[in-house]
Amino acid sequence: MISTLGRFSLALALAIALYGVIVSILGARRRSPSLVASGRGAVFAVFGLATFAILLMEAALVGRDFSLQFVARNGSRGTPLFYTVIALWSALEGSILLWIWILALMSLLVVLIEGKRNREMLPYVTAILLSVSAFFLFLAAFPANPFTAIFPPPADGRGPNPLLQNHPLMAIHPPCLYAGYVGWSVPYAFAMAALITGRLGGEWIRTVRRWSIVAWGFLTVGVILGGWWSYAVLGWGGYWAWDPVENASLLPWLTGTAFLHTVMVQERRKMLKVWNLALIITTFSLTIFGTFLTRSGILSSVHAFSESTIGPLFLAFIGVILLVSFGFLVYRSDGLQAEGDLDSLVSRESAFLMNNLLLLGFAFAVFLGTLFPLLSEAVRGVKVSVGEPFFNAVNVPIGLVLIFLMAIGPLIAWRRASLESLRRTFTTPLLLAFLGTGVSSFLGVRGLYPLLAFALATFAAATVIQEFVRGTVTRRRMTGEGYLVALSNLTRRSQRRYGGLIVHLGVVLVVIGVTASTVFRQEKEVTLQRGESLHLGRYQVRFDELTAWQEPHRFVVQGTFTVFNGIHKVSQMRPSKRFYSSEQQPIGSVDVRSTPREDLYLILSSFERDGDSATLKVLIRPLVMWIWLGGAVMALGALVAIWPDRRRVLAAEPVKEQVAWQPGRS
Amino acid sequence: MTKKTKLLMGALIVVAALGYLIYGGIKEAALYYITPSELQAKGASAADKSFRLGGMVVPGSLQWEPKSLKLTFRLTDGKEQVAVEHIGSPPDLFKEGTGAIVEGKYTNGNLFMASTILAKHSEEYRPPQAGQAQAKDLYRTLVKPQQVRR
Repeated sequence: MISTLGRFSLALALAIALYGVIVSILGARRRSPSLVASGRGAVFAVFGLATFAILLMEAALVGRDFSLQFVARNGSRGTPLFYTVIALWSALEGSILLWIWILALMSLLVVLIEGKRNREMLPYVTAILLSVSAFFLFLAAFPANPFTAIFPPPADGRGPNPLLQNHPLMAIHPPCLYAGYVGWSVPYAFAMAALITGRLGGEWIRTVRRWSIVAWGFLTVGVILGGWWSYAVLGWGGYWAWDPVENASLLPWLTGTAFLHTVMVQERRKMLKVWNLALIITTFSLTIFGTFLTRSGILSSVHAFSESTIGPLFLAFIGVILLVSFGFLVYRSDGLQAEGDLDSLVSRESAFLMNNLLLLGFAFAVFLGTLFPLLSEAVRGVKVSVGEPFFNAVNVPIGLVLIFLMAIGPLIAWRRASLESLRRTFTTPLLLAFLGTGVSSFLGVRGLYPLLAFALATFAAATVIQEFVRGTVTRRRMTGEGYLVALSNLTRRSQRRYGGLIVHLGVVLVVIGVTASTVFRQEKEVTLQRGESLHLGRYQVRFDELTAWQEPHRFVVQGTFTVFNGIHKVSQMRPSKRFYSSEQQPIGSVDVRSTPREDLYLILSSFERDGDSATLKVLIRPLVMWIWLGGAVMALGALVAIWPDRRRVLAAEPVKEQVAWQPGRS
Repeated sequence: MTKKTKLLMGALIVVAALGYLIYGGIKEAALYYITPSELQAKGASAADKSFRLGGMVVPGSLQWEPKSLKLTFRLTDGKEQVAVEHIGSPPDLFKEGTGAIVEGKYTNGNLFMASTILAKHSEEYRPPQAGQAQAKDLYRTLVKPQQVRR
């Protein structure tokens, strides 16, 4: 029953999406409002059917309907309700369903929100979004159908991969990442609509910028949460391993970040039009490429999902996107002449250009390193991987220069910066940067890169804080408002600027967290007898006992360790190993004690069956919490940047917005 | 010189620097995938070089000494065997008769000193089929450092 209904709703949604594509295009060409309205209707219908399909699947999962293959594979009677609900995205078919639903939701929002403002372009936007939907609906309706039935149904299912039912983060990391991926469909749809209609003027880029920030925000949170999940679940003490799937999520983030910067140049100076369109197309293609990498199994990864036949389909889809998009770009290149010109090399424009070059260089290195085994095998017939040393050697220096640019970019004037303005803006941050270097060197930081990282982080943080302080003080003097009111009004007056600066502050926190947790990392692995202690840093970790018990879906062996700092008892920690019936080997579950200063990370590596001894791995990683905090600050900045502006809603005039957008000291 | 030329030259310098970084990075970090047979065939010429060695853990060869954390086992591709040593506890997903990839150096004494062990894990449970999987196929299904580089 569920199987039939589900298959039917997906097939119907596919048909409606294709219908919507055709009527939207026809409607736009023939200027027929009824056809266009019908295309809009298709968006509503696809959203309705996608919602229905996803609810059906959830009903089957929660109802433990093992006659569905997906439920039989990813659900089980012993799996707790929470992990049963989120099992939807623990395997290929279900996550495509989630993807479809998020895309349908975004398409609906676009039609509802942008319906009035971009009347000319909207039919094409609708058509593009529905085409992308149609591709994923095709996958779900045919090769990766989540509603495939099995007969006879098994008595119990296998349950999700233990790694995917070990931490509540699984509930938000994949949906956030998907929203980040899917979100880029919207800017892409607008870019293509602009190319198709030839309406390449300023208005669409303003709309796109907002949607890009939404997608970028979700992608940022998704990437950071991915690191957090890896840290909390995979039990190796790290949060980023340059794994192909991690890289796949970083690639669109890098190109998307590049776009968010040069789009400002286009808005202000009417330059870089082709470049921006190319960046949107690339970013969107990379989101699809990311899904392809995750799902095709061509590269080994921690996310090595079951290999499936959909790989070639993804490659074909990416090929079509690139061909059609860049084809239109070339076709319309006459209408994309820059109206402005670069005035000086010392200007915000050129800082942004440099930032773009480096972000793309970063992305290229990540792309190359990720695909290197495939490339070397294709070119030279030998499989060679490059791994962490490569990514660190290339991306750390690029990253450092990017932080420098991040610090100066927002404060340097458009067009041409005078020496006087540079001096006034950067003297204090520069002094603070030297101070920061001194302090970190005093604290024991050695080596060029770590010292530079702390110096640049201080510099960047100082520029941002100085900007907020100066703005607030000036506003307070002019208006007589209190400090907090002045700060909030300042931010509200140019949200995008101050939102961006908040994002930069978040990046600084991430940089500090990553550098400190890498440079000052300590670890030790020792086999302890009961009552024995291990010493690491300022901690003593005593092995107290080993306990074991049976839970409905797993058997748990847990070590109890008491942590002391000198004579003070700090806490009791309980890392464990969990034996799932569906797996032959245990899954480790780490225990982490997080403080703003440092994380203490305990891994139960091994134990004797009699419980007398256990092998324990202990890691101390300073400032790891700052990374997650930095992610939250970045998300906050994105939120500030897109928060609906009362004045703009009232005025709804692009000109107004440009007035509100006041660059720093220019 | 016009501003455009200056800008272009600046960009070229940056691109060249990036190219150099990438080239140097690859040279530094390149790790050849190799099978036990290929490694044995190389013999002494492979001494003290870093590789990524993949194979099946030979049943009965796995030994672990909790006190010293010394882990020894042999990897095979069905033809040749290579003795591997690693300091640390065995990763959760690591056991005899299953596939594993190790990264490290081949020391003179015919011993592969592994700094990293990558154990096989896939989303779906499959019973181990010793000897069936080709060592080369293993590369595709494997992954995440369970042990961190030392």
